[in-house]
Amino acid sequence: MSLQLAPVADVPWPPSVDEFFPPGVGGSVWITKFTIMVWIAVALIILFFVLTQRNPKIVPTKAQWIGESMYGFVRNGIAKEVIGHEGPRFAPYLTTLFVFISFLNIFAIIPGFQISPSSHIAFPIILALLSYVIYWYQGAKKHGFWSYIKTSIVLPAPWWVQPILLPIELAQILIIRPVTLAVRLFANLFAGHLILLVFTLGGFVLLGTGNIGLAAVGVVSWGMALVMTLFEAGVALLQAYVFVLLTASYVQSSLADEH
Amino acid sequence: MLSTVLAADPGTGVYGSLSSIGYGLAAIGPGIGVGIVFAAYIQATARQPESAGLTRPYLFMGFALSEALALFGLVLAFVFSGTGASL
Repeated sequence: MSLQLAPVADVPWPPSVDEFFPPGVGGSVWITKFTIMVWIAVALIILFFVLTQRNPKIVPTKAQWIGESMYGFVRNGIAKEVIGHEGPRFAPYLTTLFVFISFLNIFAIIPGFQISPSSHIAFPIILALLSYVIYWYQGAKKHGFWSYIKTSIVLPAPWWVQPILLPIELAQILIIRPVTLAVRLFANLFAGHLILLVFTLGGFVLLGTGNIGLAAVGVVSWGMALVMTLFEAGVALLQAYVFVLLTASYVQSSLADEH
Repeated sequence: MLSTVLAADPGTGVYGSLSSIGYGLAAIGPGIGVGIVFAAYIQATARQPESAGLTRPYLFMGFALSEALALFGLVLAFVFSGTGASL
């Protein structure tokens, strides 16, 4: 049997990076699907919290309880746990970050959107920059700028290790932390979208071959797409959690007195 | 299109970019690392179930830190997947 696969005209196969650059809406280069999704996310979050927390009751309604438990989860589970007694100061920012990233990520599996703004590096970069500025500012405020750098990069180690250790620790707080923060979120959502594309589009391509065996594999491939969609839901929330957790731990290390 | 891609090298049937192999290699280390992280967490929880909540943030932190390496590989695989000879 020759591998003469019939071309499927409408399926962009193999999936490429071009999928992540949708055309602008209405001929504009500034307004794309991504910006609209961010607006929707921001509007939904503001609406939800304003409506449910505007008039709080002692015995909370169901919606108020959802909002409160999101805040409580971040405040007690992340801020207090990781940062310590100064944690609640950062809880509002961390909660906003957590809810916002969760909303952005969950767009990856919502029918009609099917792609997350976080799978475009620009959005994670801005979020990581915010965290970067915050942990530098907090460190500089607590220790003073130069002694913050000194306490962060000088570790208790034998003197002959220091020439290797100092540059690594400096690169850590200058470059590695913000870059990994941004790239981790981006790459997870990017990879997730590509995986979904591979399984759904691959299903179409295999069905289009006209070979009964390959068509059966195509149906299996769609089944995998469903499974991966559920997996993506988990990844979306996990990555929001990880982003906030790491932000908290960077703030903690900025506030720490010494190693 | 699939047909045109498959026709790229009729002699060997091999096509695509070496960067995919590079990504496969880059995923080995993080794969082992993520495995160790979860193994250690399961072991810690089995020995001392009450420490499960205490160590969970570190589980996700360690998991995320090692997973990031694999994801860098994935991103770089796309960055360098061009067919041009120049970087």
